[in-house]
Amino acid sequence: MYDVAVIGAGVVGAMIARELAAYKLNICILEKEHDVAMGATKANSAIVHAGFDAKEGSLKAKLNVKGSKMMENVTHELGVKYRRNGSLVVGFNEEDRVTLETLLERGKTNGVEGLEIIERDRLTVLEPNIADGVKCALYAPTGAIVCPYELTVAAIGNAMDNGAKLKCSFPVTTITAHEDFYEISSGNDTVKARFIVNAAGVYSDAVARMIGDDTFTVHPRRGEYLVLDKECGNTVSHTIFMTPSKMGKGILVSPTVDNNLLLGPTAVDTVDKDDKSTTPEFFTSIFDIAAKTVKNIPRNKTITSFCGLRAVGDTGDFIITSPREHFINAAGIESPGLSASPAIAEYVRELLGSDGLKLEKKEDHVRTRRPMHAFREANIDEKNRMIKENPAYGRIVCRCEGVTEGEILDAIRTNPRATDLDGVKRRTRAQMGRCQGGFCSPYIIELLSRELDIPYENVTKFGGESNVALGKTKEDK
Amino acid sequence: MKRTLTCIVCPLGCTLEVELDKGNVISVSGNTCVRGKEYAVTECISPMRTVTSTVKCDDGRLVAVKTSRPIPKEKMFDCVKIINNSLAHLPIGIGDVIIKDVYGSDIVATQERN
Amino acid sequence: MTDLVIIGGGPAGMSAAVAAYERGVRDILILERDDNLGGILRQCIHNGFGLHKFGEELTGPEYAYRYEKKVRELGIPFKLNTMVLDITPEKRITATNPEDGIFTIEAKAIILAMGCRERAKGALNIAGTRPAGIFSAGTAQKLVNMKGYMPGKNVVILGSGDIGLIMARRMTLEGAKVAAVCELMPYSGGLARNIEQCLNDFNIPLKLSHTVTQIHGKERLTGVTIAKVDENRRPIAETREYIPCDTLLLSCGLIPENELTKCTDATLSQITGGAAVDQNRETSVDGIFACGNVLHVHDLVDYVSDEAEIAGKSAADYIDGKRNKTLNIPITTDGKIRYTVPQRITEAKELTVYFRVADVYRDVKINVYDGEKLVFSKKKQKVAPGEMEAVKLKSEIFAYAKSLKFVLEEA
Repeated sequence: MYDVAVIGAGVVGAMIARELAAYKLNICILEKEHDVAMGATKANSAIVHAGFDAKEGSLKAKLNVKGSKMMENVTHELGVKYRRNGSLVVGFNEEDRVTLETLLERGKTNGVEGLEIIERDRLTVLEPNIADGVKCALYAPTGAIVCPYELTVAAIGNAMDNGAKLKCSFPVTTITAHEDFYEISSGNDTVKARFIVNAAGVYSDAVARMIGDDTFTVHPRRGEYLVLDKECGNTVSHTIFMTPSKMGKGILVSPTVDNNLLLGPTAVDTVDKDDKSTTPEFFTSIFDIAAKTVKNIPRNKTITSFCGLRAVGDTGDFIITSPREHFINAAGIESPGLSASPAIAEYVRELLGSDGLKLEKKEDHVRTRRPMHAFREANIDEKNRMIKENPAYGRIVCRCEGVTEGEILDAIRTNPRATDLDGVKRRTRAQMGRCQGGFCSPYIIELLSRELDIPYENVTKFGGESNVALGKTKEDK
Repeated sequence: MKRTLTCIVCPLGCTLEVELDKGNVISVSGNTCVRGKEYAVTECISPMRTVTSTVKCDDGRLVAVKTSRPIPKEKMFDCVKIINNSLAHLPIGIGDVIIKDVYGSDIVATQERN
Repeated sequence: MTDLVIIGGGPAGMSAAVAAYERGVRDILILERDDNLGGILRQCIHNGFGLHKFGEELTGPEYAYRYEKKVRELGIPFKLNTMVLDITPEKRITATNPEDGIFTIEAKAIILAMGCRERAKGALNIAGTRPAGIFSAGTAQKLVNMKGYMPGKNVVILGSGDIGLIMARRMTLEGAKVAAVCELMPYSGGLARNIEQCLNDFNIPLKLSHTVTQIHGKERLTGVTIAKVDENRRPIAETREYIPCDTLLLSCGLIPENELTKCTDATLSQITGGAAVDQNRETSVDGIFACGNVLHVHDLVDYVSDEAEIAGKSAADYIDGKRNKTLNIPITTDGKIRYTVPQRITEAKELTVYFRVADVYRDVKINVYDGEKLVFSKKKQKVAPGEMEAVKLKSEIFAYAKSLKFVLEEA
């Protein structure tokens, strides 16, 4: 019997699990996919929003601003890359300026610090590649960038280090409410828990239905992105947004913490909660749209593209509710969900407390986690010390991103363990460079096969039927 | 009757024109070397191919192999089947015969395995 | 201080090492990132190598072994499992391996021989899902030939580069079904002999002016949509066709791996992606040479060996202080000829200029101009982008030239 079952190992579920793991609680995280961070968490803009976007007085506004302020410390504790690069919402005309002034006022009301509207002359100093048509911008120095899946892996890992259990490939199919506990089933597998937190992303309405809560719906909003080579990471240093208008929010141009350049997202509401395919229209239009705000973006440096499905609730705000005893929804967590996630976790913990969950701090709780990029960030002397102790750190496996065998083995051996190729990728960056795993994936499969003690051809890209090799050339003799 | 072939003897890939009469080669043109002519004649009468593949070794590794001389083209699949059903014994040197007499050729190692 | 450090122990690196040794250099070190010498040839188990260099047809491993044996016999030192992390313009090399950790070497001369990599799927902007089952042809080659695993059973290949063609045959012989090879351009990117013996032999259709427009399948690939493209290489919607398959191989071009070259501040050619070099294969940085596929992508390893010998000998002369740079003649091209190697001439001696054209042309003249003056002309029946061409220039034709321009003249 668990005290709390958190359904969904995205960034929201991860931060909640980590928050609860500080208390004397038996926690289980249930994830439908083969790994954590598989939904909107791995396919979003990777931005820690300053907090001027959300409507005054909304839960979004409150949790965004609070979460954004917490994020630097959280990422520091978890050893996750974070860069306060500041953001710029750029305007092209007087109409945009009016909108920017509204955002400025809203931001001030929300408690965002340091906001100001700057003119082109200052803008071109901050960003030499700003497009010629840009007249002014709302400057938010507290805007930041973070790696969302790294944050999630680290938060789940930290929760697990403090005793939480993770069950992957556990798509919840039914929830049966008993007098003082819930029975949560996935096929024949069942978990019992006294409290449930529903952080199931685009599926959180479906999970709520399982206990009879039909007060909200969540629909997916498609967002397509392009990732450019590390060579392009310095095209801009701030995150460049367009001024939101009747035409939509536009797209952003931003460096990532790993120094790639990110372009996107599109925003198309849809019904299919599984369709993460990119569209030809995206590829033909994205560079032209991006060129409106930033010039000199090379068009031939794409290394990959992806589509994320954001979980959009029907209330216009985050849906953090308790539809019945011992059950909390953390649903409809669309943008700025990543930014708000540490604050959502505290908020949910408070709700659970008022709902009767006994919260008693663990004496031996550890807030920190060894950074996933500890080797990468070390100086040469430290690295040599590590190589001497473990020669696998001296063998580069992924030549594009310079990832060593030692780091890959760490990813496979550390909570939450990478069990497929994409899991290794998200934890180490191996296969994430310009050759996209062309050279290193056959060897990483070998490492996974050896460490997990499964046949080579059973290693998958991301679980399920995503096997990489389909059989042998010679039969076993 | 005329046949047009692409020579596979070397990377030049010459276009060969072959004149045939009742299955006999009357003339070859387009070749830049004598081996091209030989290829054209063989290709029209009984096409031959070199086959390369791998054989599993005792220790589970693979060793690259080839037919020591070209074999009849229509026997390529059968040849690979024989190769895939064989086991090579260590140690293996380059040129070692792994399987004897497969469609008039030997299967030889093109790699060392110790 | 090491006299000569060679980055890469593939065909280029080994051939350069042997040439430098034979020219008298003894203090040589080869740094190889893999666990064996030989580079990518180790996985190219097919035949067709060495006709030019050895007068016989060898497989990739056999070709590599000829040089590996030589390196071992001469006792040229090499370090395996060693990845070079940085090279400064002052020729200070930082590398890492499991035994030595991270270490630095100062070199008098360096030869860059890191080879190339394949253009990856991400660079192709193909719409659709991201399932398992999409491989670059070289990755598939490694899986089949080195690891003994089948990437899949029902295959479509995008791009008609030689590795893709070779893998079409290889996988067919191992029991896979290759439905089609799609090539965006109206001509093949591979050698004519490979179209013949890898596709035609097995009745695999080569669809020129076709591309893959959509990838289908959630976990494993289930199919691709292909379409014919117009003269601007844009897919024509009405020609879309769905092909069920579990595997998509990409053979869409090779890119010289010049990350380290960039560290040295050597000038790069925008067209080859490799360093700009003189006839000695010396880059714009004194004492740093480049050869093989890191310099420009070759069709044949034999020519890689030739080029590496030039670099090896030149590096030896550089180390001995025996250099005679008296000229500085840039070589330019007209666009129909995309690039030449070398890109400049610094010594008055006979040289071979290699070049590649931008399209398929028939009955053309390769003209070389010194200003307005035609100084060299050679007829060619057919030239194609997939086949590297070469002309020999005697020193008297350029000894007094300011610059040379290569022009392709159509009849």
